[in-house]
Order: sequence, then structure tokens, then C-alpha cells
Amino acid sequence: MMSQGDRRFVAATGAATALLGLALGAILFALLAFGAPAVGTLTNGRGADIQATRQSLLHATYGTALCTMLMTLAVVPIGVITAVHLTEYARPGSRFVGLIRAAVRALAGVPSIVFGLFGLGFFVLFVGRGIDAVAYSHRAMPLFGRPSVMWASATLAVLTLPVVIVTTEDALRSVPRELREAAHALGATKLQGIYTIIIPAARTGILTGAILATSRGAGEVAAILFTGVAGYTPNLPTRPHDGFMHLGYQAYVLATQSPDVDATTPTLFLTALILVMATLGLNGVALVLRDRARSRV
Amino acid sequence: MMGHAEKSLAASAGPQRHRRAARHGEKLIELAMAAIAASVVVAIILVFAFLAREALPLLVTAHPLEALRGLTLPTGEDGGFAWQPVGRTPKLNVLPLVVGSLKITTIALALGVPTALAAALFVSEVVSARTRRILKPAIELLAGIPSVVLGLLMLRLVAPAMQRALDLTYTANAIVAGLALSLAVAPIVFSVAEEALSAVPRETREACYALGAHKWQTALFVVLPAALPGILAAVTLGFGRAIGETMIVLMTSGNAGVVDVLPTSGARTVTATIAAELGETERGGEHWRVLFLLGLVLVTTTIMLDAAGRAVARYLARRQGGIQRT
Repeated sequence: MMSQGDRRFVAATGAATALLGLALGAILFALLAFGAPAVGTLTNGRGADIQATRQSLLHATYGTALCTMLMTLAVVPIGVITAVHLTEYARPGSRFVGLIRAAVRALAGVPSIVFGLFGLGFFVLFVGRGIDAVAYSHRAMPLFGRPSVMWASATLAVLTLPVVIVTTEDALRSVPRELREAAHALGATKLQGIYTIIIPAARTGILTGAILATSRGAGEVAAILFTGVAGYTPNLPTRPHDGFMHLGYQAYVLATQSPDVDATTPTLFLTALILVMATLGLNGVALVLRDRARSRV
Repeated sequence: MMGHAEKSLAASAGPQRHRRAARHGEKLIELAMAAIAASVVVAIILVFAFLAREALPLLVTAHPLEALRGLTLPTGEDGGFAWQPVGRTPKLNVLPLVVGSLKITTIALALGVPTALAAALFVSEVVSARTRRILKPAIELLAGIPSVVLGLLMLRLVAPAMQRALDLTYTANAIVAGLALSLAVAPIVFSVAEEALSAVPRETREACYALGAHKWQTALFVVLPAALPGILAAVTLGFGRAIGETMIVLMTSGNAGVVDVLPTSGARTVTATIAAELGETERGGEHWRVLFLLGLVLVTTTIMLDAAGRAVARYLARRQGGIQRT
């Protein structure tokens, strides 16, 4: 039997839960309802502006994928190696470990717009301009010392580093101690044990971290505002120092600076829909993997 | 620390010098790994160093205090706090931005934190373990919606409807921004708070029921206080997320650069100002440097707050005598 207080408690907390679930449902429904109709117009329509819209959507999708992929390629090895060092090599409780943990926490708390400032100040203006000064001093215009897809990816890699480190560390710690000892007893050196036994045993968790980081990076706009994103590029980026278009930035521009609001609204929602399908899809995969890894242990 | 078993195995498996060479190689690899691990520390130092590199020349003058006063106190004949970086006499008073950030963050937390905590109580105290396994990730999916998408939905769909319904002067205002921001904050607060509540031992609840307490009494007066350190961590995390969020407030806050605490009027936040103006200003100018200085203040605030929240949580946990691990 539930008392009246219990009924009220369940109703109030249940309502809050429903509210959050409803918000998620409403967001997905709105994106589908307003964005899906644009698919038909864009695939079947002719005319110069439809062609232009189609092209910018294509460029933005490609740019998002490219930037996110480069970021993942940069962040996963660094993050995984850091986590391996923390769990397998470093003495627990040592000053070095404390320092790294404090740095990971601090990095996780840095707002993304600050990463944008950092990427501009460090990657573009310091590293990029440095490369230009050394190798391309004959050029009047900066080549590497300007926002580009490589600097945007590098900035996002720094931003997502804590995600990869923390999830990988969790995954490595959940590998039973006996496996390490067994590898040792069979004559494997420490490193052999790590890459033949421990990393394979933790691979689901490591993959989860990589996917979560990818999802986070794909949806990030503030950090790439000054480090590489462009409102329009005539060609797809082919070199690391090219600018690129991005779905998130495209959505921002269409939502706030559109010259013809009614005409661009379907494109706006379609752009957002593609982005959300990518980030939520990746998130969903990560959640399923995590759930499976947990239930197996 | 090689065991006897391994040594004899190595001896029987192959020439010993191979193993020694391999071990030397491993030492090198180990060093390389330590160096890569240290890169996280280097990264956070670089963040501060390169923000400071662009910002601090502003304060390296004969009168650094004068420079700071110019940024925070009313200046000029007309007085007043104004952020108008473009114009014949640029006004770079950061106070409206700080007030704007705090105003929107307050609204976001006021809406998001209670909802998130209530949902966390529901998931940890009311539903079965099986439902929890579905419900928790479902709500956490909300955190996977990019903030730019939350911003545009709020701007295009919710804000116009709200303006009509409440007869507001501005479409984009602090309430709209705070509401959108609460959707970004709630899933994070929910996730951390729910972990903390679920970590409270089952025995605590059962002891409570045995004493005749109802479920709601147990949840609110026993479980919630026991999970307080974790809940505090959740709220601090939510605050950091809210004050550092950029795209949502850039799109929905109206970006008015004057001090105004009314929730129905517009507001301009620190983050939105950086995002909107850095691209249009000249490198090395006063405006440029102030924007980097704002970034420096922002990141210092979030990190300090996180550290403070953590310290308080640790203190609370210690006072509870270790029944709760955070």
C-alpha cells in the first residue's frame, strides 16, 4: 500500500522524468517534422538555389565528418596511452598521477569557447604562423597560420581528451587482476601483456570512450568558430590547411543570419537533423556497448 | 620485478640477450608513454599561457589598476555600464556581460536542477532496476543533442510562441535562453546525481523502512542527504556547463549589452560576446585583448568553482563517516 505522501512523491518525480523524456521526444519530432520535407525538394528540385543548397549541405556534411575523423585519429591514441600509463605503469598516489588527474579534471571543465580562443592563440597564431615563418617566409599570405580543418581538429582533440582518458581508464581498471598475473606467468613482458591481453579485454570500454568523444566533437561549434570553420567554401577541403564547412556552424548561420527566413527554414531543420542523427546515433551505440560491457562483468 | 617462473621460462624459451634487448626497448616505450601522459598537463598549461599571451599586454601598462577600473567601473561623462565595442568611442565595460552570464545561468539552474534531481530520485528510488537500465540512458541521450540544435529549436519554435503567449517585448530574452540552457544542464546533473543516489547502500533504505518510514520520507530525508556530496558535485558540474555554454545563449539571449536583471529582457553573456565579436576585431587591439581576458576569467572561474565544489563534497563525505564514496 502506498501512502498519500508516497503517491505524491512518485507523481512529482515521475512528472520530472516524463518532462525530460518529453523534451527529447519533442526535439526529435520537431527536427523530423520540419526537416524531412526538405529531403524531397533537395533531391528532386532543380534551379540554381536548390543546387547551391544541395552543395552546401554536402560540403557541410563532408566537412563535419572529416574534421571529426581527424580529431578522433588524434585524440584516441593519446588518450588511450595516457590511460594505459595511469593504470598499468604509474605508481598509484604518486605526484605525477595526481598532477595528471588534476589536469584531466581541469581540462574537462574548460568551456568550449575558451578552447576556441586557445586554438586560435596557440595552433593558428603560434604554431601555424611559426611554420609559415620557418618554411613559407616567401609567401605574403599565411598558409598554415590561418584557421583550417587541421587546427579545428587539433582543438577538438584537446577538448575531447578528458572523455577518452576517463572512459579508457575505467575500462582498463575493470580488467581483472588475474588476467595480468596470468599473462605475466606465461612469460609475457609487461608491454606484451598490455597489448595482447589487457587492451583486447578492455576493447569495448575503450571503443565506447572513442565513440563518445567522436559524438561530442561532432556536435561542437564554439570551439571551431575561430579555428577553421567557414560559412562557405567553393571546393571540398583536400589539404590540411583548407577551411571547411560544418553542419553545426551551418545551422547557426541559417538560424540567425538567413536573408530569407521562410525559404531557408526546411534546409535549416534538415541540417540540424543530419547533425543530430550523427551525434545521437554515435551516443546510442556507445550506450549499448556500455550496457553490454556492464552486464557481462 | 620479474618472477622466478618468468626467468626460467625466458631461459628455456630463447636466448637471454633477446629478452634483455626487448626489456630495454620496453623501457624506452615506457618513457615515451609517460611523456604522452604528461601532455595533458602541458595542454592545460598551454591553454592558460596562450590566453594570457593575448590578454595580458592589456594590463602590462604603467597603470594596470587604471586599466582594470576602466573595464569594470562606469566611465565617461554619461557614466553607466555599457559594452559597445564598435563606435566612435568604444565602451568596453564587462559588467553587463558578467551580469548577463549570471542572470541566464541562474534561470537555467533554477529550471534544470530541480527537474534533474526529481528525475534522478524517480529513477533511483521508484522504478525497478530493469526500468532504470532503460530510463537512465534515455534521459542521458538528451545530453547528446548538440547545443546549437537546442539553440535553433528554441529560437525558431519556442521563443516566438512564448512571446505571443506571454506578450513579451523581445523574442530572444533571458528566459528563453535559460530554458534552452536548462535542457543542456539537466541531463548532466541528472546523470551524476542519479549515480550518487544509487550508490547509497541498500541497507540504509531497509533500516529506514524497518523503522516504519515511508518511501518518500526515506528518499527525501535519508537517501538524499546521504548522497549530498555527489549531488553537490552534480550541481557544480551543471553550473560550469551553464556558464560556459556558448551557442545556446548566442542564439537565444538577444545579446543586449546593458546591465538589466529583468528575466524578460535580453542579456549578453561573456561566452556569446567572445563568439560574436572575436572574428570581427583586429588582432592585438584593446577589444581583442579584452575578449581573451574574458576567456581567461571564465576558465579560471569554472576551474576554481569545480575545485571548491569538490573540496566541499570531500568535507561532507568525510563528515558522514565514509558511508558514501564519491
